Parts: sequence; C-alpha cells; structure tokens
Amino acid sequence: MHAIEIENLTRIYQKYSSQHRFKTFKSALLKGDLFRSLRPDELVNALDDVSFAIETGSTFGVIGENGSGKSTLLKVVAGIAKPTSGRVEVRGKVAALIELGAGFHPEITGRENIFINGIMLGLTKKQIQDRYDDIVRFAELEEFIDAPVKTYSSGMYMRLGFSIAINVNPDVLLVDEVLAVGDASFVPKCLDRIDDFRRRKKTILFVSHDLSTVEKICDRVAWLKHGRVQTIGESRRVIDAYLQDVTEKAEDAFEQRQHEIEQEEHFEEAEERRENRWGKREIEIKKVRMKGLGGKEKHVFSPDEGMVIEMEVEAYSRIRDFVFGIGIFNAQGILVYGTNTLLEEYDAVEAQGKGKVSCRLERMNLVNGTYYLDVAIHKRDGYPYDYHRSLYSFLVSSRLKDGGIFRPDHTWEFSENFRLKPPERRDT
Amino acid sequence: MLNLIAKTKDLYKYRVLIQSLVSRELKARYRGTILGFMWSFINPMLLLIIYTFVFGYIIPARWEMMQDSPSLYALFLFCGVLPWQVWFAPSILESSNVLLMQGNLIKKMLFPTEILPIVAVTSNFVHFLFGLPILLLFIPILGKPFTPFLLFLPLVILVQYVFTLGLALLVSALTVHFRDIKDILANLLTFWFFASPIIYPVMWERIQSHQIIKLMMDLNPMTHIMWGYQNCVFFGEMIRWKRLGVTFLVSLVLLFIGYYVFDKLRDSFPEEV
Repeated sequence: MHAIEIENLTRIYQKYSSQHRFKTFKSALLKGDLFRSLRPDELVNALDDVSFAIETGSTFGVIGENGSGKSTLLKVVAGIAKPTSGRVEVRGKVAALIELGAGFHPEITGRENIFINGIMLGLTKKQIQDRYDDIVRFAELEEFIDAPVKTYSSGMYMRLGFSIAINVNPDVLLVDEVLAVGDASFVPKCLDRIDDFRRRKKTILFVSHDLSTVEKICDRVAWLKHGRVQTIGESRRVIDAYLQDVTEKAEDAFEQRQHEIEQEEHFEEAEERRENRWGKREIEIKKVRMKGLGGKEKHVFSPDEGMVIEMEVEAYSRIRDFVFGIGIFNAQGILVYGTNTLLEEYDAVEAQGKGKVSCRLERMNLVNGTYYLDVAIHKRDGYPYDYHRSLYSFLVSSRLKDGGIFRPDHTWEFSENFRLKPPERRDT
Repeated sequence: MLNLIAKTKDLYKYRVLIQSLVSRELKARYRGTILGFMWSFINPMLLLIIYTFVFGYIIPARWEMMQDSPSLYALFLFCGVLPWQVWFAPSILESSNVLLMQGNLIKKMLFPTEILPIVAVTSNFVHFLFGLPILLLFIPILGKPFTPFLLFLPLVILVQYVFTLGLALLVSALTVHFRDIKDILANLLTFWFFASPIIYPVMWERIQSHQIIKLMMDLNPMTHIMWGYQNCVFFGEMIRWKRLGVTFLVSLVLLFIGYYVFDKLRDSFPEEV
C-alpha cells in the first residue's frame, strides 16, 4: 500500500518580466485579451518527470542542493502547487510543515492564532479545544499564550507553529526544513514527536539539508538534482552518493577560484601577492601542490584523509644553512599546526639545484572549514630565503559538525547499562 | 460551471475558517486601541458629523426639500455614505491588496484562496452592520419617521453583498498580475462615489433632464443599490423592484465572472505574489 504515489510529475514555473507585464497590461486594456496576454516569457523546469512511491508507514527523505526542486515537490504533494503534468496521489489526511506559523496574525494572541491555524490545517473547533492544552504545553508557551504573537521571539513562534501542526495528527506528514530554525532544546523534542509518528506507522515525507537527521530517521531517500531524481533508495547509499557529488563540486569550485586568483595575479594583484611572499630567494619555492595520499592533487579533504604538501624547490647556489617549514592556519588566523625541519631535529647538510620536498600528513584530524597554508625556507636563525604566507588554501569538509580546531582520533566506550546505538561506520 | 458549483460547495466546508478569519480581522483592527470595538460605532458617527457639517452648513444643499433642514440632508447622505465608505470602498481596496499581503499564506498553506477576498468583503460588511444602528438611531433624531419599508433593507444589503463580492473576486485576482490596478482603484472609487447618487438624489431634475447622464446613472449598478437604501431609510418608499431585480441579476453575473476569472488565475497566485 502506498501513501504517496507520484508518476511522471513535471512542474514548470512561469516567469513574467516586468516589461512584459507593462505590455500586457496595455494590450489587455486595449484589446481585452487578458488570458492570452498572460503568457509567460520564461519557463523554469522545477520538477522534471519525477516518479516514486512511498510506502504507507515509512519515512521518506528528499535531499538535494538549493533549487533542486525539493520544496516544489513538497508543495505539489501538499496540493499548494499544481502539477504541470503527471499525477500525484496522496492517501489520507495531509499536514504540511512547510513554514511554521505561516498563517499567524501578529496582532492577535497565541490562543486565537491556535484556533485559526488549526482550522486552516483542517481541524474542527471542537478538536482544537480538545487538543488546546497539549498544543500549549508542547510549545512551552503557558505564560505567553494570551499575548499577541508579535511579541513572541522567533523561537516561540516556531514552537507554536510546530505544536499546532503536529497536533493535527495527520496520516501523512510533510516536513520541509522547518527544524532548521528551532532552538537547541526544542529540536530534539520535535524529532521525538516525528519519531512517535513513525512508530505509529504514519507516513512522513521529509525534506532537509541536514543529512545526519535524514539518515537517522528516513527509511528511503531520493536525491533530486535540477528537478530530476538522481538516485533513489536506501538512505545511506543515496546520501553517500550525494556527498560524493557535493565534494566533487566543491573541488571544482575551489579549483575555479584558485584559477581565477592566479589569473588576476598576473595582471593586478602581483603586488599584493608579493606582500605575502618575502625573502631574497637564494633558494626558491617554485611551486606548491597539495595532494591526497594517493598522489592526486586536490583541495577538499575529509578529516580522516591524509595530505601531502609538495614543494618544488630550486637552490641557485650551494647552501648549507636551510630549514624547510610548514604552517596550517584556520580561517580565524589561528595556527593549527606548524613545524619545520629544524624543530624536528633534521640537520641541514647541503642543498643545490632543483628538487622536491614533501611533507606527508598521515591524517588531517581537522574539523570543517577553510585552512591556509604557509610554506617557507629560511636559515636556522630565521633569515628567510623564501616565505609564502597563506598563499595556499584547502577545505576540510566533514559530515559531522564537531567543534574546535583539532580532532584527536578518539573512540567512545560505555558500560553495559548505558546503551547507545553506534553510528554505522562509513569511510569517506 | 459545474466546476464552480463544486468549488462553492467546497467553500461551504470552510465556513468556520471564514468566520474565524473575519473575527480575527475585526479583533486585530482594534487591538491595542483604548476604545476597541466602540470605534466601529464612532467611525461612522464621525463620518456622519463631517458630512453634515460640510454639506449641511458650509455648502448647503441646493435641494428644496432640504433647504430648511441641514440635518435632514445629513440623514440622506448617510444612507449612501455608510454602505459606500464603510463597506463597499474598503472591501474593494482591501481585496485588491489581500492576495499580495497574504502571499506567505498562499504559498505555504493549503486552503481555497478565494476565502481571502470573501473575508475582506465580509469583515467590512460587519463594520457596516455595526454602523447600521447609528443610521437607524438617527432616523427619529433627525426628524424622519420609521416606515415599514425599512423591512426591505436586507434585500438591498443582499444585492450589495453579491455585487461587492463579485467585484472583489475579480479585482483581487487581476491585481496579482496587474499591480497597477491597486492605484487605479483608489482614484476610480472616488470618481465612482461622486458618479453615484450618494450626495445627491437620483431624481434630481438636472440628472433626469440630461439624457446621457441619466443613462450613465441607470447603467451604474451602485445607483440602484444606493437608491434602495435611500428608499428604505430616507424616503420611506417602496424599493424599485425592477431596477433592483435587474441589478441583482447583474451582480450575480458579475459574481460568476469574478469567480470564473479568479478560478482561472488561481494556480498562478503562489508564483506571482
């Protein structure tokens, strides 16, 4: 039995330019051809031939980048937007958490808004009366319920909206990104309620950017890309495929930017670049590459990946006093790690001619973020031959949102009476 | 046609929502004011006083019947001003804006959009109802007797309701695509106000003797509605059955057209507002 069936769904958005509107207003007035002149100039294909079915009682996730058609899909399922072609069938009472508190009127009290919002969501007055206490309690608004909604904080607003919607008790719940704005203590409560829904074998269609939540609660996931279903299937597999795609894209964007910077430098910003590079270059760092441990050049790393920093170096004369160094800075300019050959007690003997110097970091152990790299060659006393200050950058992208600047390798252990379900290990 | 009837049935299911939204509008309007609901009485009262003062004393009516009694002219004025300024004009103006103002609602929630203009018309209708006792109260105060013809007042009100609703649906749907309508309307309504027999009686010789003006008057549905009010309240005469009947039919046709256009454009609202 399917709670939601979608067949060859296409949704085309129409865009009207303002110039066009002026023309049509004139022509509509002059010729009276109103409907004919309401033709759009531009069509945007928000959903393109999307088909899938959702089992009754399952939780289905939809992921994808911004503008991939996720929200449109939800709106079509909710009935707010009409399909341009194709078929959507939903069995049972639907409640859509598209924007919490969308119907609230700021001037009237929370109590009055509960009634109006509830009626809009399809409840009768009697039903709202019965659930009123639950709604207020869940939203934790007992003290404020008789104050006008305009005095609420955005968190209170959201709590009330969620509380009403969840108490509609639908057969099919549509959730769109609404948990993104909640405060830290309320979101788990909402997720609990959603879990409760799952246990009661209700159907949930869940749209979110929060991949860890999607993975946690969804049985199956569809990945939308440019309005088309890219992959559909078991959550982890789809999310992995999606992450892979996102990482590749980030890599491309990074290289693009790097390329642009280089281009600019050739013309205008050579001066500026010189400021970040100093030394007389008796030994010169001619090129710096960041590579994965496999030897492929890259700029986006996962935290448990390693990195090889490779410098092409040329010494123009025979030099006996030299130190190679690296430094990694985070976006706030904090030195995350710095070392050099002297500190690690390598003794410089002699350098001459061209060659390569590599520093191999076995594991990054860094948290999410952009990092800048310093590389340098200098004398033991600090006199710089060639110093590159933050001229190179790389990205660490992680599915986890742990904080800080450094991620030590770590594991958790619990004694038997504290039972937790471990995450399924993945290797990215 | 069948489609529209089905939609109307559907609308009936939402009557509780309409009711709640109307009461929300009324509550929200006076929320925070000291006098609260009293404003629904005070506003028409002040309107009455202003019109009496201006058209009774500063620019006296050139109408023999009123010459010696400016207060009587105020009563006549009020018969038309109340349904126009308190109900008709604000309904149409609000309708022209309501879909744009409530864009968030249209985009995010599922309910029949036509509820919004219906609520605009109905909440202003309630304001009109609040003003009605003021009008009735002033009939004896300003020196006119109550007549049994007052009983026809609900009929006139019904005709105006249908007419206003039809126009409101049309205007609200079109404004989404042609926002200029909002500005045009403000001016058009002023013109329309003076082109309808509100501050002057339709039977005035100057109007009746001029063929074109007379024709324009007859073609204006609001003429017959305003005249209906004046007949019931001021003149104490029988309403003009034929004129009002035709106006009612015209209003029904307008309602049908308005709903049809609204329905046709409905799907474009979530994208355009």
